[in-house]
Amino acid sequence: HCVFQPPPAKYGGQHTVTLIPGDGIGPELLNHVREVFRFSCVPVDFEVVNVNSSRADEDDINNAITAIRRNGVALKGNIETNHTMPPSFKSRNNLMRTSLDLYANMMHCQSLPGVQTRHKNIDIIIIRENTEGEYSSLEHESVSGVVESLKIITRLNSLRIADYAFRLAREKGRRRVTAVHKANIMKLGDGLFLQCCREVASGYPDITFDSMIVDNTTMQLVCKPQQFDVMVMPNLYGNVVSNVCAGLVGGPGLVPGANYGRDYAMFETATRNTGKSIANKNIANPTAMLLASCLLLDHLKLHEYATTIRNAILTTMNETRLHTPDIGGQGTTSEVVQSIMNIIQKTGPRTVAYY
Amino acid sequence: VDSQVTCPWRSNLVRPRKHIKNCYATYSPFQATSSVEIIMFLFNLQELAGEMVLMFSLFSVSTKAPIQWEERSVTAIKGPSGRWMIPPEAKESMDKSKIGLKGPLKTPIAAGHPSMNLLLRKTFDLYANVRPCASIEGYKTPYDDVNLVTIRENTEGEYSGIEHVIVNGVVQSIKLITEKASKRIAEYAFEYARNNQRISVTAVHKANIMRMSDGLFLRKCREVAENYKDIKFTEMYLDTVCLNMVQDPTQFDVLVMPNLYGDILSDLCAGLIGGLGVTPSGNIGANGVAIFESVHGTAPDIAGKDLANPTALLLSAVMMLRHMGLHGYAKKIEMACFDTIRDKKVLTKDLGGNSKCSEFTNEICRRVQDMD
Repeated sequence: HCVFQPPPAKYGGQHTVTLIPGDGIGPELLNHVREVFRFSCVPVDFEVVNVNSSRADEDDINNAITAIRRNGVALKGNIETNHTMPPSFKSRNNLMRTSLDLYANMMHCQSLPGVQTRHKNIDIIIIRENTEGEYSSLEHESVSGVVESLKIITRLNSLRIADYAFRLAREKGRRRVTAVHKANIMKLGDGLFLQCCREVASGYPDITFDSMIVDNTTMQLVCKPQQFDVMVMPNLYGNVVSNVCAGLVGGPGLVPGANYGRDYAMFETATRNTGKSIANKNIANPTAMLLASCLLLDHLKLHEYATTIRNAILTTMNETRLHTPDIGGQGTTSEVVQSIMNIIQKTGPRTVAYY
Repeated sequence: VDSQVTCPWRSNLVRPRKHIKNCYATYSPFQATSSVEIIMFLFNLQELAGEMVLMFSLFSVSTKAPIQWEERSVTAIKGPSGRWMIPPEAKESMDKSKIGLKGPLKTPIAAGHPSMNLLLRKTFDLYANVRPCASIEGYKTPYDDVNLVTIRENTEGEYSGIEHVIVNGVVQSIKLITEKASKRIAEYAFEYARNNQRISVTAVHKANIMRMSDGLFLRKCREVAENYKDIKFTEMYLDTVCLNMVQDPTQFDVLVMPNLYGDILSDLCAGLIGGLGVTPSGNIGANGVAIFESVHGTAPDIAGKDLANPTALLLSAVMMLRHMGLHGYAKKIEMACFDTIRDKKVLTKDLGGNSKCSEFTNEICRRVQDMD
């Protein structure tokens, strides 16, 4: 969706992608992704860069950022942030997003037919500004006991994200873009955001533009989520709305997320959970991470591989007994991955023999 | 308001008023007196609140709750210093009686004065907004068994209103978190949990990103939790709460949080049980002041047509009675209201029926009388 062209495949036709395992369920899920890719003979090499979340210095994360700059694309698990550390210790995930200027976070929430949820027929694309807003990490304690935290909204970034949203909407044939804001209270900040969205909207007369206040949005989402099409919003509201939507379609294990910048792209699960409590128990849902890897393949223009793997995942979803516990089933992660690979073998192109 | 009320108590006490343009809904503070006399005043108002407050007044008659009403207007006026404020009579009355009930207020866009809700909040230092959300039997939503309370810090946080344009195209909004306010709201939350037999309090935050501000809030909550060992205290990230709330709201009990998160989450929870038309709300202030209100809009399209749903205001009033210690009356009114909704025979339009507001309220009145 962005202007960036993936680097020409070098070294024997293979793309190189940076892989950051992260914490919690990240490492095991990314291992499954590698397994599926190897099995399907996907021409992608992974360069693994570990980031140790307990280290106070920033060497690890800088290495990771350099690797991503080199390769252009990354697939990552969530890196845990210990919030008892002092404020100078910035969230590693946030640092990556801001250094690489991955300004657009895209998340596509779709109701899956095989998953039981309270609401049906949801199909929402959420575009969230990823670098500024409340996540600027600019805080200070003016007097002891009084803390100020700055939320920055700039015209440039707001125009950029609005432009991304409308271009994406047009590309995907979407009819309506909704801006989510709180401009009745934050008149200058969110007011600027809204104004920028309106300006960009005037250049897309075929797409309807409207706006909604964030508290009303969350209420509408739990009552009637089918009314939303494409939504664009600043950082914090994006966090709330994307988590609500992920919950509505079945949980954090099902939705992939993508972060796009002008020069780089990074793929991960949409709700960015570390899943510490279910790590290494073979019960995590691999769907989100595998779908994220399909988004990665689409980005690298390896569409046939992406489609094969995606279809295999969706077919497995419909076999109810192969649901992991988070969506009400009894299956294990390995069983689900095995089923996906079986389907790829039957339907897809050449695969390696699975030992 | 010239609603066709057929309630027998209406008789001579009611003074019909005409619509007064640009008049904002009033709130009525009142004091519990020892006598059981009800003195009823009609309220001069235009919008939705009129019918509903009327209904409630008629209603209190039937339960004979020992309440005396005083009506006051809260239209903002410019004080001698040039600053906008609420009328001094209103403030005086409120300081005396401490408890208030408020209908919806709407600030017109080019009013020239700040939001009246904001004025009220500042005048009485209403620091805690409490919204209990419980599923209503008979009003079906995709979520059953919701039973939680959101307690939101109401004075600072992201809504401090401090914004500046640094350079052209760059805007900075300041989110303010202070130790004092965080401690106050945490204490209120735990007190509330204790007084209402609640099991756990969850602090909602985003300290991974806003380390200092939400970190301070969290630290204060932890400190206060030390004094309330009988109540379970947990902390959860805002996004995790949102994620889990739409999948399984039964895991939450009392939630305490700063202003913006509270705004979003309380509306989210209201959506779970059926929307703002059925959600009560209370604002607790310093010095024992408390104002209870319905949080929905003024609905100018159905005002004066006897179509409104009084449930939100009614339940807010029930909250108020409980706050004052009049549990018996509160229980009666609440049960009557829920029974009426459960029976589904007399429901207003938004609840799925086609009865009028007055019919709905009469039905509740009748049930209360039957209980006596």
